[in-house]
Amino acid sequence: MTASTEPAPAGSPSGPDIATLVQEDRVDISLYTDPELFELEMDRIFNRTWVWVAHESEIPNAGDFRTSMVGRQPVIVTRDRRGGINVLLNRCRHRGASLCEAPRGNANGFTCPYHAWSYALDGKLRGIPYPDGYEDVLEKKDFPLHRLKVDSYAGMIFASFNPDVEPLADFLGPARHWMDLFMKQGAGFPVKVQGEHKFRFNGNWKIQLENTTDGYHFPIVHRSWMSSVDSETAEMLSFMTDEKAVTHSLGNGHSVMVMVPEHVDLDEDDGTEQLQGRFGHIVEELSRDYEPAQVRRIVRSMHGAGFNLNLFPNVAMSMAFFRVLRPLSATETEIRHMALGLDGGPEIVNRERLRIHEHFQGPFGFGSPDDSEAWDRVQRGAAAGPGVPIMVNRGLSREQDDSKGRVAHATDETGMREAYAMWKAMMTDVR
Amino acid sequence: MSVEPPTAEALVAPELPHLADPRTAAAVELVWREAHLLDRKQYHAWDRLWAPDGRYVIPIDPETEDFESTLNMVYDDDRMRRMRIERLTSGHSISVAAAARTVRTLSRFVVQHHDDATLTLSSAQVLVGHRREQTFVLGADVTHRVRLDGPEPLIQEKVIRLVNSEDAVNASGFLL
Ligand code: FES
Ligand SMILES: [Fe+2]
Repeated sequence: MTASTEPAPAGSPSGPDIATLVQEDRVDISLYTDPELFELEMDRIFNRTWVWVAHESEIPNAGDFRTSMVGRQPVIVTRDRRGGINVLLNRCRHRGASLCEAPRGNANGFTCPYHAWSYALDGKLRGIPYPDGYEDVLEKKDFPLHRLKVDSYAGMIFASFNPDVEPLADFLGPARHWMDLFMKQGAGFPVKVQGEHKFRFNGNWKIQLENTTDGYHFPIVHRSWMSSVDSETAEMLSFMTDEKAVTHSLGNGHSVMVMVPEHVDLDEDDGTEQLQGRFGHIVEELSRDYEPAQVRRIVRSMHGAGFNLNLFPNVAMSMAFFRVLRPLSATETEIRHMALGLDGGPEIVNRERLRIHEHFQGPFGFGSPDDSEAWDRVQRGAAAGPGVPIMVNRGLSREQDDSKGRVAHATDETGMREAYAMWKAMMTDVR
Repeated sequence: MSVEPPTAEALVAPELPHLADPRTAAAVELVWREAHLLDRKQYHAWDRLWAPDGRYVIPIDPETEDFESTLNMVYDDDRMRRMRIERLTSGHSISVAAAARTVRTLSRFVVQHHDDATLTLSSAQVLVGHRREQTFVLGADVTHRVRLDGPEPLIQEKVIRLVNSEDAVNASGFLL
């Protein structure tokens, strides 16, 4: 832990005040509405911890880049010539112009549009036009792009503004095991990002953070999606009364909700599961090129892993996609849903996975618009009754300790309680 | 300057039908009827405008023609389109219940292609929506491939390229 370079802004809630906003079973509504709390969240959470920025499959080759965000700050994630990953502030060291406005691409480096200072993929300042004005004024080596601390696990790239942040492995802790399990949906192929849906909703980012392990809403909000899918898929996701469908808290705000217990570890297959009839044509085609066991392995993984892993504060590994949240203000959030496929895997499988993603996700999907409407309604409701708390107490009496944390039913609010405990710890640690 | 050989498009253009051509007029009328039905959310009536094996696409990638192997916002065959209509009319979707009221116009028609059976018409769509104290605009390039070889014109393919397709497109309970 380091000393904070700046004192808490004048008039902001001090540590103890914030602590009263989060109790075990409830949180204060100001967590959704207060712009001052939002500023503190940017400072004390997003500028301080590990924030997910990209997946390695998005930048496989030297020179590949994608732009991303850490809290409200734009960054460029690059793969340099030596294969290293860099996360650079997207801001020229001269007078601050943004260097890259393309969402992704391949480049030798970045040249500022304003006065053409040019930077290498690792952020080094390489060139300054008409350098005579800078003689004895500036050394190029002193003006690289600001670099964030970077580390990755299971292909998931995280960055931090905090040079003294704990090692990523420690931050992720037991969540790493679930990340490994999640990637097994590649069925022997590396998992790759196949595209993304992006949308905004008028609500606080924590409303979405809560939702990833909210099994309770599923049959209600997603009734129209459930009735549109085949009976086998609907049955697979009928976990409301399934005792093996559980949520684990994993520490540091992370949690995992198991919805399809038999798909937690996709390498484990007792052979009793009937492959879904809807994939019959795929089984047929794959059977020409692959052994029956491999065909089965690929098709069982079609809907992804059997769980949603929520990594505090901004990314979730959710069945067959990544959910990334970007806080815009106390009352506005951008969400990306990134579709996953098998890198080098059969085209017919990757296409089917795209179709499954489109069916639920995106602005015209059969699922996401209803989620978005529910979250909008939470934010609108939050305008009423400032003293009336948000309840996150479902399942408190049936929650048990397990070796890594707490476990309760998948419809219980264990994941939310874990996230808010971390929120409270970070927000009250004024350092 | 050397004289460039005429492009394929230039060669075809003089033969293309204009608005006065009854086939073009029929296609335009179909597109306008469709817009009317979608604004009124009369989705079952809208479904009857489709030819068998129709394809309804809202891509993300502004350039792609290979919708099959890219992620789209909508990529519907007949079955998926009918399920979509079922969802929109079932009364079981909270976003549909809260859908924006919309008015849309399609114009700037250009005939892209025609043969004996079909006519491909591109247009600009400007949709204004209103929902919960907020009015918004969605702009799109739209392409309709219309079948003209039956008793009435029918939509074979509709592709809607939103101007903001690669940026955030907010969830909606209506159709484009
Ligand atoms: S602002 Fe970038 S070179 Fe001047
Ligand atoms: Fe949901």
